This record gives sequence, C-alpha cells and structure tokens, in this order.
Amino acid sequence: MAKKVMVQTVINNDDTTFVCETRQTLLEVLRDELGMTGTKEGCGNGNCGACNVMLDGVLVNSCLVLAVEAEGRTVTTIEGVAEAEGLHPIQQAFLEHAALQCGICTPGFIISSKALLEQNPNPSEHDVRLWLAGNLCRCTGYDKIVRAVLDVASAGQAKAGA
Amino acid sequence: MAVTEKAMHATNGHTSPPASKPADGYTIIGSRPVRPDGVDKVTGRAIYGADVRLQGLLYGKVLRSPHAHARILSIDTSKAEALPGVKAVVTGADLPTAADKVEDLGESAINLKYLSANILAHDKALYHGHAIAAVAAVDSHTAEEAIGFIEVKYEVLPPVMTVDDAMADNAPILLDGLRTDEMGEMGSKPTNLAKHFRHQQGDLAAGFAAAEVVVERTFRTETVHQGYIEPHTGTAQYNTDGQVTIWASTQGTFAVRNQTSEILRIPVSQIKVIPTEIGGGFGGKINVYLEPVAVLLSKKAGGKPVKLVMSRTEVLQATGPTSGSNIRIKIGADANGKITAAHAELYYEAGAFPGSPVGAAANVVLAPYAIDNLQVDGYDIVVNRPRSAAYRAPGGTNAAYATESVLNEIAEKLGIDQAHIRLINGAKQGDRRPDGVQHTEPIGLLETVQAIAESDHYNTPLTGKYQGRGIACGYWNNWGGKSSATAVLNADGTVSLNEASTDIGGSRASIAMQFAEAVGIGYEQVKPRVGDTDSVAYNDVTGGSRTTFSTGMAAHNMGVEMLSQMKERLADVWEVDAVEYADGEFSGGDNHISFQEAAALIYKTGEPLMVSSTVFPRSFGPGFSTQLADVEVDPETGKVTILRYTIAQDVGRAIHPSYVEGQMQGGVVQGIGWALNEEYIYNEKGQLLNGSLLDYRMPTALDLPMIETILVEVPYPGHPYGVRGVGEVNIVPPAGAIANAVANAIGSRMFELPMSPARVLEAMKE
Ligand code: FES
Ligand code: FES
Repeated sequence: MAKKVMVQTVINNDDTTFVCETRQTLLEVLRDELGMTGTKEGCGNGNCGACNVMLDGVLVNSCLVLAVEAEGRTVTTIEGVAEAEGLHPIQQAFLEHAALQCGICTPGFIISSKALLEQNPNPSEHDVRLWLAGNLCRCTGYDKIVRAVLDVASAGQAKAGA
Repeated sequence: MAVTEKAMHATNGHTSPPASKPADGYTIIGSRPVRPDGVDKVTGRAIYGADVRLQGLLYGKVLRSPHAHARILSIDTSKAEALPGVKAVVTGADLPTAADKVEDLGESAINLKYLSANILAHDKALYHGHAIAAVAAVDSHTAEEAIGFIEVKYEVLPPVMTVDDAMADNAPILLDGLRTDEMGEMGSKPTNLAKHFRHQQGDLAAGFAAAEVVVERTFRTETVHQGYIEPHTGTAQYNTDGQVTIWASTQGTFAVRNQTSEILRIPVSQIKVIPTEIGGGFGGKINVYLEPVAVLLSKKAGGKPVKLVMSRTEVLQATGPTSGSNIRIKIGADANGKITAAHAELYYEAGAFPGSPVGAAANVVLAPYAIDNLQVDGYDIVVNRPRSAAYRAPGGTNAAYATESVLNEIAEKLGIDQAHIRLINGAKQGDRRPDGVQHTEPIGLLETVQAIAESDHYNTPLTGKYQGRGIACGYWNNWGGKSSATAVLNADGTVSLNEASTDIGGSRASIAMQFAEAVGIGYEQVKPRVGDTDSVAYNDVTGGSRTTFSTGMAAHNMGVEMLSQMKERLADVWEVDAVEYADGEFSGGDNHISFQEAAALIYKTGEPLMVSSTVFPRSFGPGFSTQLADVEVDPETGKVTILRYTIAQDVGRAIHPSYVEGQMQGGVVQGIGWALNEEYIYNEKGQLLNGSLLDYRMPTALDLPMIETILVEVPYPGHPYGVRGVGEVNIVPPAGAIANAVANAIGSRMFELPMSPARVLEAMKE
C-alpha cells in the first residue's frame, strides 16, 4: 500500500480535506475519493477536456494534475457552477440550444466556456472555436455548442450595455 | 497559405436559440422543449457508466495482448493472485464452452464461439489489445500492478492486416474452423474469407455496352473508430443466490443481457441490466466487452461488485472500430448522364471475427440511384484487427465515398453539373434498392438534391484558386425493431412513461413529445424514464435510427389507449353513454373537466390507470441525404479546410428539430473526420501506433465551420407522425462530398481515405 498524504483544499467554496496517494490525479480523487463524478474522464492524458476544472481560477485538465498539487488551492468543478438561484447562464444556454446530445463532454465544455467568458466576455466565433479546441465532443459537431457560448456572451454584452 | 477566419462561412448571424413552435397541425411536435434529463447533464449529476458507486466496490483491469496474432501457450496468474489487495483473477479458461452457433443478440449476428473468444481470448490472441486476463482488486492502481505480474507465453504468428494480406495465397489463417460461404455454398478449405455474396439486377454486359462513358476506379479506406468520449465500462455484482446485476453504459440493456447470458451460460431470468446514462455509442456500445468479465470477477471475489473501466488506449485497441475496405466501382452512363450499368465490389475487413458491415454496405453503395443493370459483390474478410462493430450507418460511408467519386468523374467527362446528374439518376418511389427491395412508399432523395441545388450555398460562387466544391448523396435503410413501454396516469394529471431505449441524444424528449401529442397534454406533464430489463418487456437497441420511430410509435399507441380508457372510466362515473375529448377537455352529458381533473377523478373513483404498448414495426422509412461541401486546400501543407458545409436530409417529420439538426451535424462531423484525418495506423507487427486522442485525430471546434442544415420532410406514411430515422444517413455522404470538393480544388482525384495532408500533397504533384 502506497503511503497516503493529507491535502487541504477549497472545493466549490467548501473547505475540503482529503487523503490520497501521491500517484493519484486530482480527477481520480474528485471522482473516486470525494464522489464528485460530475467531472468526467474521456482520455486520461490531456486530450479531450472532459475533466476540465478550475484550479485557482485557471482552466486545467484534472487528469494531468496530481491531487497533492491541490494543496492550499481552490478548485471549481461542474458541481460548483450552478448558482443558488438556479442554473448558470451557460448551463441554461446549453439546454436551450440543445448543445448536448450524450452529455459526457458537457461538464468540461461548461467549465471551459465559463473560463473563456471570464477572461474574454465578448469573443468572436473564432475565439470560441480556438478556446474550445481542447474539448472534444463527438456527438454535436460543435455547432450548437459554439452558438450557445456566443449567445451567453451577447446576452452578457446586452446587460453590460444596459 | 492558411485559411483565414473570415473565409469560413460564419454563423448566419443568429446566436439566440431558434423559436420553439410546433409544426402546422400539431400542438407539440416540431417544438424544441428542454430535454427531461437536461439539468442533470449540465450540472454533473447524471450518472454515467464510470460514475456507478457501490458498497465494497472492487476495481478491475484487463491484461491485453501486445501481439496482433499469437498462439497462447500458457498463462500463469499465481504471482498476480498473491499480490495484496487482489481479490480475483480470470482468464479465458474461466469461460464456459460456447455453442458453435450463430445468433443475433444486438444489431448483427455472430457465432457465439467468437463472441466468447472476443471477451477473453481462448487459444489465440487475434489483435493487438485482445483481452487475455483480468484482475479485480481493492483499487485501480493495485489492479494495474497485478496485471503486470501475469505471465503469458505466446507463440507469435505473422499478422494479417489488410484485405490483400488476408486474401493472398498462403496467407496465415486466423480462425482454424473458418470456411468461405460462397454465395450459399460452404467451402472446404481453411480461409480468411468468411463470405462472398452477390446482388444482381438486369443485364450488366448490355448496360455497359450501351454506355457512352465508363469509369472504373479502386478505392482504399482505413479503419476508423466511433470515438465516443465515454470509454467503455462495465460494473457487475454476482450475488450468492446466483442473481446477477449489471450496470451498463450501453445502447441496449437487453442486448447486454442476451450476450452475457450466452457467454456465461446464465439464464436471462437471472440477469438484470440497469442502464446508466451513456456517453455516446454510435453503434460501438452494442457489443459487450467488459460486462461478462465483471460478472466472472465478482463471482470469484465472493460476490463483491466489480467495476471495469477502459482507458482510451484500450478503447481504440480493442473496441469498435469500423472496417477498412477495398472498393472497386465501375459505372457506365449514356451521353445524357443516365446510368446504364454499375458494378460494385466491396471487400470489407471484419477484424478478428466474421461480421463486417459489408451486407449493409451492399445496400447503400448504389442505392440513391435508379439503375436497371447492376451487380454488387460483397466480401467479408477476417484480419488481425479488433472485431468490427457497428458505426453509424455501418459500412455506408466507405461505400458511398466510392460511388459518389465515380459519379462525379462521369459528370465531369460529360460536362454535366454535379447536382444535375443526381437529379437525372435519383431514386423515387417504386424504384429498387441494389438487393431488389422496392421503395413502395414515398422517399425523399430527389427533394434533398433539389434543396441543395436551390440553396444559398450552391448558388454562391467559390472565390479562391485552391477552393473546391463537392456534392454527394447517401442512403440508409433505418430500422423498426421491437420496443416496449408503459404509461401510468398519476393523480395530478402527469404521466410516468417507462421505456427501455437508452437515451443517447435526447430521445426521452422525442418520445415524451409523441405521447403528449397523442394525448393532447403538455410536454412537461409527461415524465419519461429509461428502465432496466426487469421493468418492461424486451426492447431492441438504440441503433438503426429506430428509437424515435419505434419507441415513439409505442408512445403514440399508449396515448391513444390511455385516452380511450379514461373516456370509458369517466362514462362509468358520469353514467353517460359516451365521453368526448377535445382541446384538453373531457365532456359527457353536462360534465366538462380538464385532463388534470379527469386524472384526479379516476384516481378517486376506481383502480389505477396504466397502459402499455409493445411494437415491432416490420416496415420503416429509409433516409436519404444530399450534402454540399466547400473546401480550401493549402498548397504548401496539403491541409484541407472545410469552408462551408450544407446538409439536406429527408427526416420524415422532425419531432424535436434541434435534436434532428444535432444528429445531422454530429454525423457529418464524424464523416469529416473520416474523410480528412482519422485512421488506424499499425506497424509491421500489427501493433496500433496511434492509440490516443492526440494521435487518433478527431475534429475539434477549430477545424469546422457552422454546419448548415436543411430539414426536408417527406413524411413516412407507416408512422403516426411520419417519422423516419434521422441518426445515421447523415454520415454516409461526407467522405464522398469532400472527396469531390478536394478533386475540384486540386484538379486531380484521390482514391484513398483519409485525405490527410501528406496524401493531398502527393496528389497535388500529379
Ligand atoms: S480526461 Fe483529462 S483531458 Fe481527457
Ligand atoms: S454531447 Fe456527446 S460527446 Fe459531446
């Protein structure tokens, strides 16, 4: 049995302490140790984005982060995206645009889109496509996903202008 | 010269969701409500295969063959078993002897012996990644370590990787017992050719003799994978009373039950399969890989549940894919462009066991066109690659790629517009498919060609030197299949709809919508759920584009039946002869009540109301699609960029147009990947070199423009709402359309998929 390490983090605004092996990824700990299975594994090596989370506000593939690296840091996962009042506008837009079919890629896309709009609230279609190139979706052909993200951005612009 | 952002066709401005309004004459159908499972899927609450968590859960790993072709001399598992934390180890020796008979347990028939040998190799490893043994341990790292301690002795044999290898004289033989089924006659010699069949109509020689032009070409297409983002999983518990529970991410819970039952020789009554959400399938989640292994491990581990999850590399090495193929097409046409004769020869690689989709390909290959004189020869060939699985319109993309390429060459030679030659030859009601099946009902091929010819896209000229435009048509048979469902009237006027078609792309919505339409209640009043194998009668897989069609038909039937039972019940309560129902209101005598009030009254005054429906439609409407691609080729790198892409598809009736568009867009993008990038790359030893999503390159958002959709509705008369399957035909034309566009752009034609940059550069030198 490999030696275990205690890690203190803040996950979705909650102080969270867990014990893990040093070889475990953040993705594995979120899913298998903490039961937060909203973050998905599509490849395990950084190629699909299904495991996207925010680490100290930066978009990462949690399959490429060791759980011990989360020590003292804040993590946002898909479980932390919805607001107390209801769904986040990006989540709502994905539903209204039918931007998901099987939905396995959706948590990663939502986290990634959120990260994009936080740093670039008014992206062009090309900006969206470039940013989301790290997230694979095999079902939708991306059309409705890109529209959903652009819709949230333009709604945000309308609000900012109002 | 990189293609600029501006050159790609933009979003046509709209980013807000399209208006959700019902089609003419309907109250629900044609609107675009949010799917019932939507909130769970955008919040991460939905439980997929790998998300299943159970008390005392063990984690499994599979040991896989490093060789493409090898005899297994011995397997020693003792060191693995001795590792602390290991609870069970199994090999092929733990499988019961399978019957040597062919059964259809999913979407296609397979010999049970082969099905069993694909789960855990019996005496031979037949492809790189073939499962050899499996371990269950307290955690996945321990299981991973343990498989490293399993010692396997192999006698490595020469790999047989392609049609040409397999058909060569003195080719190494994969399966000792295999004999050729030569048009119904069984051969006597060992072989890698499992089957040769033929479809024939008219007089081929006379047809070619009447031709003004004849073009004959040979094409090669590589193995490609379905590429679903959720890897395969399988979780099972073997209870001490012999009852087995399986949690499966599958296109068909009953298909999992049947296959597991046959492989493990456990009666179906002892197996319950519980569906999880499924992260994509496209045909690749019909065959079982892990579930029977998880059952065996659980049994050996004293009944603890065991979960197996594949890595992406395992998915690529050992699941799916669809066949690589060699295809020869010869078409003759008269001076007006009318096809006088066509001959297609389809050589499909089945992978390690017989059963490539060449049968379906033979129906697709010439199907968009009315051809009096034709012959199609199909060959099913085993090679040292994974057993091929269905992939969206199985076999159709490669076949149509070849036909559509040759048809464009004929059009060019005769100076006929590429849309026009398709209008001249397009099949109509009354025409026959290559296998002789007649289109007795209306079909929409010509309407889709017309829609493309009239589109803004087709009527907007290209603007650059290295730009090209291509059209292609495609056909898919679709399917009916068996569906079962129940509907319970709740006291509050809602309806619980229990069905068993696993929902991969919004089918809970399309089924609930058909029920709501039949009953005349709101979509939100219908609560659909996908039940397990103990909750409804047998239900075929979500495949063959059948779910919205067949399960929707069951939903419609239940709606009609529920209304009629409600009327009878109200007639009894009100003591009147007849009760009418219109605009959401029941009336009889002086009584007028809403649906909701009626539900409450029925609940109070008698037994609960529940209806069920089981259906098995033998006929169904085929799908046709015509597609238009604009590409730009970078002359320095050979990279092909899709500038603009338009799909016209006959969808019968779009129940939920957003999900219909989504199917069309998704299928086309898979086809774009197939055409331009995706392929299995093996070394000379038959080992897969590109077993990751970095090296097996599927399209990203950045590789694509918006995908424009034109929904052509030629309702299918055999369905209450005119539904045709919409999921598959969209992937049939893309490779042909793009090949025609690339040929148009570079002025020379390519005969191999994918049209990857290196191959395009090569073609440009010619
Ligand atoms: S699972 Fe992390 S990028 Fe694919
Ligand atoms: S919706 Fe299935 S992978 Fe994106």
